[in-house]
Amino acid sequence: MDKEIAVKTEGLVKKFDTMTVLDGVDIEIYKGETFVIMGGSGCGKSTLLRHMISTMKPDRGKVFLLGKEITGLGEDELDKIKKKIGMSFQGSALFDSMTVGENVSLPLREHTKLADSVIEIVVKMKLELVGLRGFENLMPSQLSGGMKKRVGLARAIVMDPEIVFYDEPTSGLDPIVAGVIDKLIIDLSKKLSITTVVVTHDMGSVFRIADRIAMLYEGKVVEVGTKDEIKNSKNGIVKQFISGNPDGPIRFFKQKDDYLEQLIK
Amino acid sequence: MIGAYAISTAQHAKKVLGLFFDTVYWIIVGPAKGKFAKRASIFEQMVFIGVRSVIIVFFVAFFTGIVIAMQSAYQLAQLGGTIYVAAMVSVTMARELGPVLTALVVAGRIGAAITAELGTMKVSEQIEALDVLALNPVRFLVVPRFLALLIMLPCLTVMSDLVGMVGGFLVGVYNLGLNPYRYIDVSFEFLVWRDIWTGVLKSVVFAITIAIIGCYMGLNTTGGAEGVGKYTTLSVVTSFILIVLFDCILTGVFYFSNM
Ligand SMILES: Nc1ncnc2c1ncn2[C@@H]1O[C@H](COP(=O)(O)OP(=O)(O)OP(=O)(O)O)[C@@H](O)[C@H]1O
Ligand SMILES: [Mg+2]
Repeated sequence: MDKEIAVKTEGLVKKFDTMTVLDGVDIEIYKGETFVIMGGSGCGKSTLLRHMISTMKPDRGKVFLLGKEITGLGEDELDKIKKKIGMSFQGSALFDSMTVGENVSLPLREHTKLADSVIEIVVKMKLELVGLRGFENLMPSQLSGGMKKRVGLARAIVMDPEIVFYDEPTSGLDPIVAGVIDKLIIDLSKKLSITTVVVTHDMGSVFRIADRIAMLYEGKVVEVGTKDEIKNSKNGIVKQFISGNPDGPIRFFKQKDDYLEQLIK
Repeated sequence: MIGAYAISTAQHAKKVLGLFFDTVYWIIVGPAKGKFAKRASIFEQMVFIGVRSVIIVFFVAFFTGIVIAMQSAYQLAQLGGTIYVAAMVSVTMARELGPVLTALVVAGRIGAAITAELGTMKVSEQIEALDVLALNPVRFLVVPRFLALLIMLPCLTVMSDLVGMVGGFLVGVYNLGLNPYRYIDVSFEFLVWRDIWTGVLKSVVFAITIAIIGCYMGLNTTGGAEGVGKYTTLSVVTSFILIVLFDCILTGVFYFSNM
């Protein structure tokens, strides 16, 4: 194996009460590649991402980030690794009590000794990247959902991380802005050789940005491959997901008891 | 059913204590690591607590002082010693009603606000975002609120003692016709240091209770906006119960150790 591994999960299992969300997930993500995790709504994509960024602990299994197993790491060691990763949240997760500028500059102010004037410039540059320069002094409540998401993205990359995780970066954005974000993700990963992990079910976006793709279904990775391998996959689940066909092996309803039974009960 | 309830209460109690020790850890170890809470954010919280609660604390204390004066005058008149109304008001305020009523008011105003704020942050992934940015939520959010309450609640308590005494003074002088100078003399003659410091000690315990319960409920909020409302109510109710409980325990300790 000549490629270095940036993120790896080994037999990841996570249960919420009785519901098994992750049921033995094994994934290897190489340094510098753009890896897309796709899957239906509620299949556990965000949960998987949370394990990779160590904000959730698995019931069983291991997670490796940049060569270190993070599941048993102490706080100080973990903080060192966290400073090398960035995360853009599904719901943007901006701090309500801080302005856009303060949100983006927070990691720099807390973790570096840079002068305020330098921080200001870095923040301007990162906001420029997401097309929001000049919005520094607005509060998050004054922004639209898509703008918040872009600020969240700027905050995720402000420390120039080695790995960036994106949870549905383009959902809720208009097609043009979604295209801009896709291009930004590609630029960052290619120019700065950042490892990129994207969770999405926006198929257009998947095939624009991905080097490799994994399909998550019922708590397991059912297929991993390059764009072309996934496009020409023989797997019924993958085929159905890409084409958006309502009929196929993927069941839309996951209720345990029968719909008819429930109606007449 | 009751067993399960007891177990879950015990589990929560353990986690609440865990949060308390975590907070103390960050207060003690934080500065050594150069990772202390920002002085500005502690100050910001102190102003928030003061501005939000000072008027209502004064309101409650003032009328409580009047009520104690009238109630004790009614009884002391039968013994022919209405001048001791002054002592009743000052000692009762300092030992008991100042700390407890101030704590209850602050639990309702500030404890609720803390839970609502942190709860909203929790359900909108902001707590997680802090965590990923390698900013410990306890250091960043709990410590400033904890310290601010620890400083502000005793201050508010001492102020409420004084305001209550003013309320009593007005009744004593204008209603009972007592000599104002004599009233003030008697107020402070019977008020000894241990009355004041036992009251302040109570308010310190209450401050810790309000801060830790408020933050714990906030950080454990689930269930969206509805959950925020639910946990905020739970936070206030829990603080109320614990304040009354700790008040009883502390009063017992002071009583039996002759303090
Ligand atoms: N903290 C939690 N407690 C209990 N259940 C949870 C929790 N987090 C997620 N779940 C459940 O786990 C399942 C997967 O959730 P997750 O958010 O990972 O889905 P997702 O794939 O990201 O969906 P979407 O595409 O809609 O964002 C859902 O059924 C959800 O109800
Ligand atoms: Mg999700």
